[in-house]
Amino acid sequence: MPKQRNSITPKGRYWILYLLPALFFYVIFMAWPLLDSLRLGFFTGNTPATRSFIGFGNYVKLFTDETSRTRYWGAFGHTWYFFLINMVAQNCLGMLFAVILTNPTMKGREFYQTVVFIPTTFAVLVTGYLWKLLLNPVWCGDTLVRMHLGFLARPWLGDQSTALTCVALISCWQWMGIPTMMFVAALRNIPEDCIEAADIEGANAWQTFWYVKYPMILPVVGMITILTFVNNFNAFDVVFATENVNGAPSYATDLIGTLFYRIGIAGQHPIGIPDAGMGAAIATITFFVLMAGVVPMLKYTQREA
Amino acid sequence: MVIWCCIVLFPIWVLLINSFKTRLTIYTNPFWIPRRWNFDNYRSVLREGDFLTYFKNSLIVVLLSLLLVLIISSFAAFALSNWRGKTSHGLYLFFIAGMMLPIKIASIKLLELVRSLGLLNTIWSLVPIYIAMGLPIGVFVLTEFFREVPHELTEAAIIDGSTYFRVFVTIMLPLVRPALATVAIYNLIPFWNDLWFPLIFINEESQKTLLLGVTRLFGQYQTDWSKVLAVLTLSAIPVLVLYLSMSKQFIKGVTAGAVKG
Repeated sequence: MPKQRNSITPKGRYWILYLLPALFFYVIFMAWPLLDSLRLGFFTGNTPATRSFIGFGNYVKLFTDETSRTRYWGAFGHTWYFFLINMVAQNCLGMLFAVILTNPTMKGREFYQTVVFIPTTFAVLVTGYLWKLLLNPVWCGDTLVRMHLGFLARPWLGDQSTALTCVALISCWQWMGIPTMMFVAALRNIPEDCIEAADIEGANAWQTFWYVKYPMILPVVGMITILTFVNNFNAFDVVFATENVNGAPSYATDLIGTLFYRIGIAGQHPIGIPDAGMGAAIATITFFVLMAGVVPMLKYTQREA
Repeated sequence: MVIWCCIVLFPIWVLLINSFKTRLTIYTNPFWIPRRWNFDNYRSVLREGDFLTYFKNSLIVVLLSLLLVLIISSFAAFALSNWRGKTSHGLYLFFIAGMMLPIKIASIKLLELVRSLGLLNTIWSLVPIYIAMGLPIGVFVLTEFFREVPHELTEAAIIDGSTYFRVFVTIMLPLVRPALATVAIYNLIPFWNDLWFPLIFINEESQKTLLLGVTRLFGQYQTDWSKVLAVLTLSAIPVLVLYLSMSKQFIKGVTAGAVKG
């Protein structure tokens, strides 16, 4: 119900004062750089002095030049694969854990909740390095053989076929806490009456979940998907820690995040000269990919309250 | 569930116990407690100086950024919650859009910007970026909270002759303290654990933040895993301790971003 606006309420001009500091930081350090990066994609050269307009040149080069193309599509594909694994493992397991945690018969709920969230408080870098050690066969090989678990002693991170999956799973281990907690909060928000009604109608736990609870938490599911999507396309720390910036072994774990860093900022190995225009082009493409994913997802899952 | 807990705790356990071992014993005895507890790793890491500098830098950056985010976003949220109108709503959406878009994409331009401001290689380059990062969620959460406060309170104060600003400071702010805590906590983790921006902005040793320092120490102690683990433990401890002591608050803070109460 709209409140009565009377004459003692100041007009917009007054409020702008309050908004100024926020707008200042936000526009200068976020909005404008984002938009300007879009513009930069059309230029080449690294500093304003050496810049020259080359239209879509960067984009053309990105998709036609042999090395650029394989790198880009490689990173792109890897990032989608990474995202897929994260979606399935992290979010589905998160949902499962949330359901378990909100089950009233569950004991020790507080403890589990706390524990689940611990990895999320660590820096991604820390978990990356930690798992690098854990997955290193040199370290635990002998002991594992002694424990008859010899098959576990493989160079998980050094092997092209397993490296990306491992990195993705490490990322899941880390971030599992967030979807779990969000789902728990969402599940808790479902009014009791709905659940009771389903119970009275004779629905069992499985049906109650799929037909009553799940539709009601759909906005949260959507939000989590979006957040996972956006974060995966930016994932950098985990690869940086477990492999290196080049996405070893032989670019098998290269993600858009690392590609962007290499090209736009640090420079392609082994030369080390960044190409800012190209990097901006990559960033722009990423931006549009994100938009293309986020907007439909939002429309689909958010409902008017 | 129990299995998962084990999966979570096992690596952490390994991290901790191994950081107390000497270099070679971690290879012969990886999974169990050390036969001889060894604090040398921690001692040398702390003594070889730089670790404390990195810690100090991170502390300054994070505290300053958090403080400024809270102040600036509460101002903005106060305005947005009181000012009904198309422009106001538009601005609100403008800020929230920032929650979805990762600021990393704009890094190239940001690098240039920081360079031209002369802030490259200092910890001060990080503060405005983190503020810009933290504003969307701050505005989002705080506006919701401000809207909850009944308008009558404000009106009563105005009628009594107070200015809006005084209303803001003396009435509103204390009322939204839980929301302020939520925003602070939500932003604490990304600010403290951020590697990306320090990585591209800072090369100067004395200005590095904790995480960035960890990468250097990792390279330095390349094969000395027990030292590395000591470093990792030390860097994870601050947030972990905070988390364990305020776990409920933490969780509420993090989930505030997605679930409207």
